[in-house]
Amino acid sequence: MTLGQYYPADSVLHRLDPRVKLLATLLYIIGIFCIDSPIGVVFVTVCLASLIFLSKVPFSFMVRGLKGIMVLLIIAAFFNLLMTPGVPIVSFWIFKLTWEGIKNAALMTIRMVYLIMGTSLLTLTTTPNALTDGLEKGLSFMNFFKVPVSEIAMMMSIALRFIPILIEETDKIMKAQMARGASFDKGNLIQKAKSMVPLLVPLFVSAFRRAYELANAMEARCYNGGEGRTKMKPLRYKRNDYISYGVAGSFFLICIVLGIMF
Amino acid sequence: MSIIFDHVAFKYNPGTTYENTALDDINLKIDDGEFIGIIGHTGSGKSTLIQHMNGLEKATSGTIYYNGQDIYDSDFDMASLRTEVGMVFQYPENQLFGTTVYEDVCFGPKNQGLDGKEISLRAFEALRAVHLPEELCDVSPFELSGGQKRKAAIAGVIAMKPSVLILDEPTAGLDPAGRDEILNLIKELHEKNGVTIILVSHSMEDVANYVDRIVCIDKGHIKYDGTPREVFKNYKELEEIGLSAPQVTYLMHDLKRAGFHVDTDCITIEEARNEILRCFGI
Amino acid sequence: MKIIEANNLSHEYIQHDEEGNVENIITAISDVNISVEKGQFIAILGHNGSGKSTFAKHINALIHPTGGTLYVGGMDAKDPSNTFPIRKKAGMVFQNPDNQIIASVIEEDVGFGPENIGVPTDEIWERVEKSLRMVGMWDYRKQSPNRLSGGQKQRVAIAGVMAMEPECIVLDEPTAMLDPDGRAEVIRASHELNQKKGITIILITHYMEEVVGADYVYVMDKGNVVMEGIPRDIFSEVDKLKSLRLDVPQVTLLAHELKKAGLDIADGVLTREALVEILRGIRGEE
Repeated sequence: MTLGQYYPADSVLHRLDPRVKLLATLLYIIGIFCIDSPIGVVFVTVCLASLIFLSKVPFSFMVRGLKGIMVLLIIAAFFNLLMTPGVPIVSFWIFKLTWEGIKNAALMTIRMVYLIMGTSLLTLTTTPNALTDGLEKGLSFMNFFKVPVSEIAMMMSIALRFIPILIEETDKIMKAQMARGASFDKGNLIQKAKSMVPLLVPLFVSAFRRAYELANAMEARCYNGGEGRTKMKPLRYKRNDYISYGVAGSFFLICIVLGIMF
Repeated sequence: MSIIFDHVAFKYNPGTTYENTALDDINLKIDDGEFIGIIGHTGSGKSTLIQHMNGLEKATSGTIYYNGQDIYDSDFDMASLRTEVGMVFQYPENQLFGTTVYEDVCFGPKNQGLDGKEISLRAFEALRAVHLPEELCDVSPFELSGGQKRKAAIAGVIAMKPSVLILDEPTAGLDPAGRDEILNLIKELHEKNGVTIILVSHSMEDVANYVDRIVCIDKGHIKYDGTPREVFKNYKELEEIGLSAPQVTYLMHDLKRAGFHVDTDCITIEEARNEILRCFGI
Repeated sequence: MKIIEANNLSHEYIQHDEEGNVENIITAISDVNISVEKGQFIAILGHNGSGKSTFAKHINALIHPTGGTLYVGGMDAKDPSNTFPIRKKAGMVFQNPDNQIIASVIEEDVGFGPENIGVPTDEIWERVEKSLRMVGMWDYRKQSPNRLSGGQKQRVAIAGVMAMEPECIVLDEPTAMLDPDGRAEVIRASHELNQKKGITIILITHYMEEVVGADYVYVMDKGNVVMEGIPRDIFSEVDKLKSLRLDVPQVTLLAHELKKAGLDIADGVLTREALVEILRGIRGEE
């Protein structure tokens, strides 16, 4: 799964402000659902291909992200292909192969693949921390509605830091219980659920202890919520960011126009 | 009765770019009733080594024999190996989960499929072996003090009556008295019940005081294997691999350099004391 | 000038039962008198549960006195409005290296404290560089903390506190979870801060070897200070320390045993060199 994985490189896309990338991704997603014609597909393909080229992320990395949803894609395409009403070309039993079906299936598959590739591109070129920063700054208007955006962003970045630690801890506890004769994959569903208790209880206890200690450590370093904080790495727009906003906006408009015209 | 490692190697992520050799060509024979200390710098492979002894990790090449049986044979009973070779992980209190100490200690014997009477018999025996007061049996393990939690966790492994007990830094984070209590109860298990002990430790002083044989691991290899006296003779080489000798050994070398005719092989305070007194003719 | 002054400092926890009634009052520390001069290196010894960590948390205003007084840098720790100024003056490093690193990149973690106290961006970068260089972790600044050794993680934590430019750092059992190398790294770093930057250090530990280089030692038991003095005096009372669930360094213990056997050795020998000198002296007389 490449979704959510960062690929370290130094490219134009890597250097962009995370806010730009977030908004562009949003526009891109809406855009690909606007187009429904071959010419639109060609346009989006060209745009996506140039972005991948600019990102310096190997194409194999992008494709790897698709493996996880392959089965899902095939099933969806299968049903679209054979269940869409229209003029049948061939038909057998309850299935009908129609021109509309072929078109639907193709379009749907392309949209899904492009959706995954586009969003992977965001996470591949943006560190989780930059992403949280981008969300924090980009959503700061939500403060107006009393949403504690900066605290939520802090929570997200702490979660990111502790995920690998907790995974390691899970592995340790699992081994320790296995050494006491526990097995986690025997029996029916209820027995399996029961066998998770010796794993989950210590894991929760440890997670709460960590949370408590971390809260202490943060307080000791004068953390007091988002108010009055300065930023070590403040987000500042550069020339490329403004250009990228323009490019993303144009992409979006062209998609809408193509969607209406064809 | 023995554990034999025959040319055992272990690689993480074999065949990928992340391949990482953790153990390489390990040959080792552990006999019944031994008290072995395993020393090695952090990341030397000693934790990986002990996890092979009860089949938690599987060697990428080589064979491990337990009592003459290849543990990787398809008909080998891995579950019984895990009860025969008990393992106390680092910070074992992190695995406690029962609503009471007693319930937690019963977990292992229950998994062994013993009947209720035998289970509670073993649980109480184990709690006694770690010197945990009986009135703590019905207390939640999370209410115990740090040292008591550690003892309860060790009892949870002892209750399975293993004939080999592996302990990965069982004294980490304990205060000096807590450390001595744990080490002494391990010693008792060894002497009274004849349990084979494999103790992983960072403290050269503890190893010198308790074990009969030291296996020193460096970069996945066995660097030294011998009695503490033999191994600590190589104190300079040990330093090169991030280890050391007990403090008194250094003192004896200092004394020799200062012109005292002392035996530099002393590794415990008692030995050093006697040697210095001998030197002064007392 | 005194940076820390505790007079009859006490702390009591009230335990409630499930209905919220007071069930029990637990005295964590009582009548603690500890005073620390600016620039000193102080060690507080005690077994697990002796109250030493509770005392440490007071210095950082993580908890407040329930009895007696505590002044940190002249500020009354009982007054809630002093909480943040006190935390700025006295930083704290904790036991578990993993549970005090907040960010996923080392330099960002060191910048966390300065961010919290509103230091301007350019100055944060200066402070981060200075602090990381001081503990020898500058080369690792772009890395994830997950790949570091325990000792390195603790040095990052120390840098994180240093970046807030405190006058005093409390290290609450910073070495308890480390291997011998990591322990030596952390102790070396804290002595360096003390000697080169004049930072007051309060080291809380139960490893006796770490206390040898301290200016003054307090020993705590059951929430009270039971012994205090220079390391030499403290370590001369081998039997008393044993009764307090503590230990002495091997060299000190050996010297003590030799004395018991009749050799003319003073109490409280702390180093190998000192013992060799003493034995040489005895041989010379003969």
